[in-house]
Amino acid sequence: MDHRPQHWGRPRDDVYGAYDASYMRPNGPTTHTQSPVVTGTSVVALKFKDGVVIAADNLASYGSLARFPDVKRLRTFAGTSVVGFGGDVSDMQYLDRHLQELAIDENYTSEKGHTLNARNLHKYLANLLYHRRSKFDPLWNHLLVAGLDEDDKPFLAAADLLGTTFTSPSLATGYGEMLAQPIMRRYAKDEEAAAQLTRDQAVDIVKECMKVLFYRDARSLDTYSIAVVTKQGIDLKEDVKLENQSWAFADRIKGYGTQTV
Amino acid sequence: MTSIGTGYDLANSIFSPDGRNFQVEYAVKAVENGGTSVGIRAKDGVVLAVEKVITSKLLKPGANKRIATVDKHLGVVYSGMIPDGRHFVDRARDEARSWRDTFKTPISTSDLASRMGGYLQAYTLYQSVRPFGITAIVGGFDSELEAPVDGEVGTGPSVGAGGKVEGKHGGPGLYMIEPSGMYWGYYGAATGKGRQAAKAELEKLDLAAGTLDLKEAVKEAARIIYVAQQDNKDKEFELEMTWISNATGPTKGRHEEVPKELKDEAERHDTITALLVERESKPNIEYDSQKVRSRLPFAMNAARLMTHA
Repeated sequence: MDHRPQHWGRPRDDVYGAYDASYMRPNGPTTHTQSPVVTGTSVVALKFKDGVVIAADNLASYGSLARFPDVKRLRTFAGTSVVGFGGDVSDMQYLDRHLQELAIDENYTSEKGHTLNARNLHKYLANLLYHRRSKFDPLWNHLLVAGLDEDDKPFLAAADLLGTTFTSPSLATGYGEMLAQPIMRRYAKDEEAAAQLTRDQAVDIVKECMKVLFYRDARSLDTYSIAVVTKQGIDLKEDVKLENQSWAFADRIKGYGTQTV
Repeated sequence: MTSIGTGYDLANSIFSPDGRNFQVEYAVKAVENGGTSVGIRAKDGVVLAVEKVITSKLLKPGANKRIATVDKHLGVVYSGMIPDGRHFVDRARDEARSWRDTFKTPISTSDLASRMGGYLQAYTLYQSVRPFGITAIVGGFDSELEAPVDGEVGTGPSVGAGGKVEGKHGGPGLYMIEPSGMYWGYYGAATGKGRQAAKAELEKLDLAAGTLDLKEAVKEAARIIYVAQQDNKDKEFELEMTWISNATGPTKGRHEEVPKELKDEAERHDTITALLVERESKPNIEYDSQKVRSRLPFAMNAARLMTHA
């Protein structure tokens, strides 16, 4: 009797020779997500006097193909916060389900009216993203969390796939970091300036940013979602069309395509 | 119960020669001593109410909730052994979560009742366990809107049916689950000490007609708890009420506590008296309202009501 359990249930070494364990090994190291597949582009957000405006277009691209033109990338949490997702769409769906479960569980344990505010939610998501990158299995997203903090003051912060966090009166992900941030900073260079903005002003600035992004970002769409988070709740519109587009500037762009001069 | 003392009542999962499971019957006895629970399925929602007996003056009023939420759109209230009820709620939450994990959509009221009925029934089969000492009332509102899939990103095809089924979907649901695991769907359900009086009151409401709306149901539920409490009038109690409306109603499809203003109004002496008079005025109602009204001042301790107002 062979008393070593690791030898049970396999061909006997004395009859068939030693087992070659290399057959059981995968060839190469274990790999997780190396790059995103179906992606969403920029999310832009801007604080104002009483809250935060956040917007993202409704496109999910497959590489450079505009694959899904009906994808809602702004997600509400507990009726008090909005999370905007840039990056991988399947990871966004995973996070969305995870947040849904979190909201239900929080509701079980907390007294009425007490749930995670936007600051708590941002910290939670940043920790989750950092945990996943530390497992070398990142969730390939760049998030903006918009809502109110514990004092009902506007709150806006970002977290990326490495778990890096950042906060500012205006924030954008993806191409928006380059194209939308400079525009928003013109109106809200610091917290004081942002606190002067009215809701209508903030919405107009964000809509202007969405237009510029549609002009210049080849992975963007003219249909977008926009949400305004205030103490009164979330006003989310999911099928907004860009208005007053003017492509007159396009004539003057040189150096691309088939132009010869 | 001539069979008592024959030994067949000592163990779970053993039938007596005349085909009874005594342990289950004893569990029902435990329920019959608990505070009264009531559920009403109105046309646009569900109300759950419980008579919470105050066991000590040192307990904080309004704390120690007896009605629990499961997922977002379901509520559970129970009479009997409270720790058993707590475990029932834990299990119901696990069922609701695993349903979402599997199907990416909220569990329906009927499916939760089915799962929990099956769970309780299993506790009548084995020597190593005892049946649940509770009867639970599960109320919920299954969304009438097209149920979103958790994590869904789009709205699906813009032409054709896209897999959608025409017709009415969702609506209010109310189920009562007994220690045997048996469950039925109800228009109005009552259990616990005052269940007889409460059931008699519920039958007068003609809930099957589907005319009673949610706000009326809240007042009726409060009244019924107070009427059912009369046989037990020496005990102090607190009324706890929750409700679930459709997506356009006051709770937006969620299970929530009835707001304080509405609950206070429903609990006011004149609201209850007016309702009693109204019930009396209706024909075809066998109801000894004179008897009820003569006992009313005792049942509804005026000082207690004032503290609620």
